[in-house]
Amino acid sequence: MTAPEIVEKHTMAVLVDNEPGVLARVIGLFSGRGYNIESLTVAETDPKNKLSRITIVTSGTPMVIEQIKAQLNRIVPVHGVHDLGEEGPFLERELALVKVTGGAESRAETLRVADIFHARVVDTTPESYVFEMTGSTDKLDAFINLMAPLGVVDISRTGVVAISRGSGKF
Amino acid sequence: MAAQPEVRELSGAEMVIRALIDQGVEVVFGYPGGAVLPIYDALFKQNRLRHILVRHEQGAVHAAEGYARSSGKVGVVMVTSGPGATNTVTGLTDALMDSVPVVCLTGQVPTHLIGNDAFQEADTTGITRPCTKHNYLVKDVNDLARVLHEAFTVARTGRPGPVVVDLPKDVLFANGLYLPPESAPARKSYRPQAKPEASRIAAAAQLIMAAKKPLFYGGGGLINSGPRACTLFTELVRLTGFPVTLTLMGLGVFPASDKQYLGLVGMHGTFESNNAMHDCDLMINIGARFDDRVTGKVAAFAPHARKIHVDIDPSSINKNVRVDLAVVGDCAEVLAALLVELKAQKYKADPARIAPWWQQIETWRKRDCLRYAKSDTIIKPQYAIERLYALTRGRDVFITTEVGQHQMWAAQFFKFDQPFHWMTSGGLGTMGYGLPAAMGVQLAHPDALVIDIAGEASILMNIQEMSTICQYRLPVKAFILNNQYMGMVRQWQELLHGGRYSESYTAALPDFVKLAEAFGAVGMRVEKPADVDRVIKEMIAVDRPVIVDVAVDPAENCFPMIPSGAAHNEMLLGPEDKQASGPISEEGMVLV
Ligand SMILES: Cc1ncc(C[n+]2csc(CCOP(=O)(O)OP(=O)(O)O)c2C)c(N)n1
Ligand SMILES: [Mg+2]
Repeated sequence: MTAPEIVEKHTMAVLVDNEPGVLARVIGLFSGRGYNIESLTVAETDPKNKLSRITIVTSGTPMVIEQIKAQLNRIVPVHGVHDLGEEGPFLERELALVKVTGGAESRAETLRVADIFHARVVDTTPESYVFEMTGSTDKLDAFINLMAPLGVVDISRTGVVAISRGSGKF
Repeated sequence: MAAQPEVRELSGAEMVIRALIDQGVEVVFGYPGGAVLPIYDALFKQNRLRHILVRHEQGAVHAAEGYARSSGKVGVVMVTSGPGATNTVTGLTDALMDSVPVVCLTGQVPTHLIGNDAFQEADTTGITRPCTKHNYLVKDVNDLARVLHEAFTVARTGRPGPVVVDLPKDVLFANGLYLPPESAPARKSYRPQAKPEASRIAAAAQLIMAAKKPLFYGGGGLINSGPRACTLFTELVRLTGFPVTLTLMGLGVFPASDKQYLGLVGMHGTFESNNAMHDCDLMINIGARFDDRVTGKVAAFAPHARKIHVDIDPSSINKNVRVDLAVVGDCAEVLAALLVELKAQKYKADPARIAPWWQQIETWRKRDCLRYAKSDTIIKPQYAIERLYALTRGRDVFITTEVGQHQMWAAQFFKFDQPFHWMTSGGLGTMGYGLPAAMGVQLAHPDALVIDIAGEASILMNIQEMSTICQYRLPVKAFILNNQYMGMVRQWQELLHGGRYSESYTAALPDFVKLAEAFGAVGMRVEKPADVDRVIKEMIAVDRPVIVDVAVDPAENCFPMIPSGAAHNEMLLGPEDKQASGPISEEGMVLV
């Protein structure tokens, strides 16, 4: 083989008809052809035209990334595939709900860390907090790492959603 | 149900029949069952669609493939839910791999029972999602007409392929409004690109004009594009004077009898084709997909060549092999544009420029790589096919094959001067394809001579279709090269596994003559080379289905062969090459 090619991470926005089976087609493509999914989110974004937007974070060599895009485009209900990094600067956000149940002695420290990260308290009991936090995946990871010793018991994350900067579409 | 005003409500089942007729369908290959009874009832009340009752649903799909590939029309299949649907999976996968347009209608349990593990329920759309180009579950009768028309469009256009429409029984009974094809809305997300970009055509013309060692490499995409693409391809090849090689799926798109034709390319391709592939400085791939059977070791594939790749499917481009110039578009459109561009550039063939290349090719040709040891005592399989070819020349002959050595010998020794006359399972390599496919071909071409060149192991996989063939009096000929072995398996065991012939010998083969007779067909057997011609002539003369059991040399191997993991210039030319090349690499051993 030729020199090993570098593996790149790509974030793609895939616009699809919101119909039964469409997500299974996308996921089946990734599993069937052995591509990576680091994160995948989906929701309807254009109710009038019944379109959903799938945001996929994937990784692979440039040749594999090119294949992934071509293969996604081939799926009949797919309207378009946008490789966000390739089309210009873009924003990525993820949301996490983090439940922390430290003892009384760590409650103040827990709130201090949350404050630094601008995490919001969305539920409180004498024994627990639930924080809501949005940000890049890295920022969420950092927050969760700092919270871990303070008694994190549960985490729920949305996966990445992304949009281009500026006035362009996607 | 003829010429009803458009507004009349139809039942779902009536709509199915109506949509098929409006789509120009003449033949449906099917098998009934509980979930599709309403369609069979509607079928009973009309006489425009012809239903062919197969004996196994896999046979229905292969028959539809043979019908489609030989006629350019969409092949249509109709089966019941559960086992009927699951039996189609091999055929659908075959059609997907070879890009054959097929619409398969499957029955389904009523919508309110879906998910309940009802009797004969299967998750048909789930099971067939990875083996179809697209599939549908229709839950509302008012979507049915649109979906059916869309299914035909998707199957037929772009890179063709199989489409499944799953039909719950309550939807077939419900009434709704029918839409004719012309008023069905188009699917916005589905837009295959047929027209190529002008700049790419110009770039391709420049490469063609500058090449010194060019090679055309044509594939099944030309067949799918249609007769115009094949004619334009031939025109372009002749205009340039360049050599041309074809893939297994492309045989016939350029006349095999032409001097410019180098023969089949790939694992069992000719010495001249594969060496030309390896040494060329410009490879012009039109409608082929750099399949691993063609490329061999990718890292050593055509190392000095600039590569042009014309394909309607962008995902075929840069998948296995990186190319220098990709042209996305329909083969016919691309070829037409290329010919216009070359004319505009005042292109004239330059034989002097490519003369040294042709001289080189002629030295490869002189190796006479398809040469084999003739025998007076035992029938060599190559000889049987050579005689079959010679004795059927001048007739309208269609050949289908099963999978194995006989398939490769057929590809090497039967020469096709026209497209659409050769049907084989290339991508999936499905044993059991040939007999039902021949049945489909014969239905599309009732007066033609249709022959399944078969292996004795493969044909047993769908032998039940002899019963269908006899029922409809289809004069299909099954020409079995009976070597008593799964010959291709035996060959790999000989070359790669120290001659340990594990389970590749069939110890209890049926008497094929009696088997033919049991079905109501004619059986023949030939054991001596001297009798081959006579038996072939008898076979041709009989206007009925025939099985010919040709007892061939069980030890014969198929050469040339590029061992797995090897490069094009490392071919084995015959038994004498076996040792010379040394053991096959470990890397190669793991390849299929
Ligand atoms: C359905 C299926 N099962 C297994 C194989 C693997 N296979 C490829 S060729 C072959 C042997 C075919 O034997 P036969 O039909 O007698 O043909 P021959 O090679 O002897 O000409 C087998 C088992 C296959 N291609 N398809
Ligand atoms: Mg055999």
